[in-house]
Amino acid sequence: MKAYSLFRKDWQSEIRTRYAINALAMFILVTISVIMFSIGSEKISEYLTGGLLWVVIFFSAMSGLSRAFVSEEERGTTMTLQLIASPSTIFSGKLIFNLLLVFLMNIAITILFSILFPSFLIKNFSLFMIAFFFGNIGIAVSSTIIAAIISKAGSKGTLYPVLSFPILLPLILTLLELTKFSMDGNAVDDSLVEIAVLVCYDVIMTTASYLLFDFIWKE
Amino acid sequence: MTDYKVELTGLIKFFGRRLIFSGINFSFLSGNVYGISGPNGSGKSTLVKIIANLISPTKGEVVHKFSDKPIDEDSIHHFLGFVSPYLFLYDEFSAEENLIHFARIRGMKFNKDYSDLLLNELKLYERKDDLVRGYSSGMKQRLKFAFALLHNPKILILDEPTSNLDSEGKEKVYQLISEGPVRQNEEKDKLVIIASNEDADLSLCKEIIEMEKFKKQVQSK
Repeated sequence: MKAYSLFRKDWQSEIRTRYAINALAMFILVTISVIMFSIGSEKISEYLTGGLLWVVIFFSAMSGLSRAFVSEEERGTTMTLQLIASPSTIFSGKLIFNLLLVFLMNIAITILFSILFPSFLIKNFSLFMIAFFFGNIGIAVSSTIIAAIISKAGSKGTLYPVLSFPILLPLILTLLELTKFSMDGNAVDDSLVEIAVLVCYDVIMTTASYLLFDFIWKE
Repeated sequence: MTDYKVELTGLIKFFGRRLIFSGINFSFLSGNVYGISGPNGSGKSTLVKIIANLISPTKGEVVHKFSDKPIDEDSIHHFLGFVSPYLFLYDEFSAEENLIHFARIRGMKFNKDYSDLLLNELKLYERKDDLVRGYSSGMKQRLKFAFALLHNPKILILDEPTSNLDSEGKEKVYQLISEGPVRQNEEKDKLVIIASNEDADLSLCKEIIEMEKFKKQVQSK
């Protein structure tokens, strides 16, 4: 409940300042436009559109999700949060906020891809949805803990994608594989290993993040 | 017994290789007002941040006890009110919205009557629906007192409490410290710790920790 209250505070703040939403929307539009201009009238393979989808999602996450903690640090309100809530409440509240942003962002990107790229065809929609669901959770959890780490660093802007790359790489590779499977029309039963990897990634990242956050949060 | 106690044992703090203070051993007891004084850079704010569990000491420990039972580090914020010039509230919210969010995040039900009473006492009631962005620095400082007192804390830590305040604001702060409660059922035995250089602020204190002493002690070793 306390974490939900913190999420409500962040959401109301976001609605008023629109910092993360605007950054994400602009990034998505610019990236997809650049891809479309560079492709021109060329026909691209469906696997390539699947790969491009996760590239856009990865870099969009880099542009907007760090705000969860960086905005608090920049406004000097980190101490205010320390004075009103325990570290686990703060991490949970920020995670809920990033989960919502990731799901909204990725649904928008996927819809845009479906409309703009005719070769982006998913044959097994349920497999894609499973990958999409667990992938989004993984991105949100990883982005939140990385945001907490970089908020304490000097060069926040450059550090975020650099630190995110090795942490998100196993997740993105698994998601690419599952997207390919769903484009091929593979059954869910045939992709259980990849799904298990995805679920394990989410569980490990969530547990590690909660354990780590106490040390990151307090100077 | 509902005594609140803070025990500092062998506190040492370094920032990098620079020693801030060393060898602080002290006990703060509820019902008293304590002062922390010293010149700029002597470590007053660092010490109050350590007491408030905002930063860790390099060595030593701080133990908060309520009714003689140690309080878990993650729960100290329930007992603590903190005011300082380097504390910031949310500019994009009004004063009342800030207080509503703080109460909810603390897991409390927002007490509108008490919030209005505090804002009225602090002469902010008329402007409670204005965004904090439009407040003067003195008004923001007053709002920090509402933030610190809203959950009826057992310990109140005030770092330069009268900075940015006009004479009327200072009087109100002194009244809050010396007379304590603005609510009838509020605890009358708060523990108050003031870190300041102002003689007027320190005149309210029963005992004063002089930070310079702790630096000299170590340097002579």
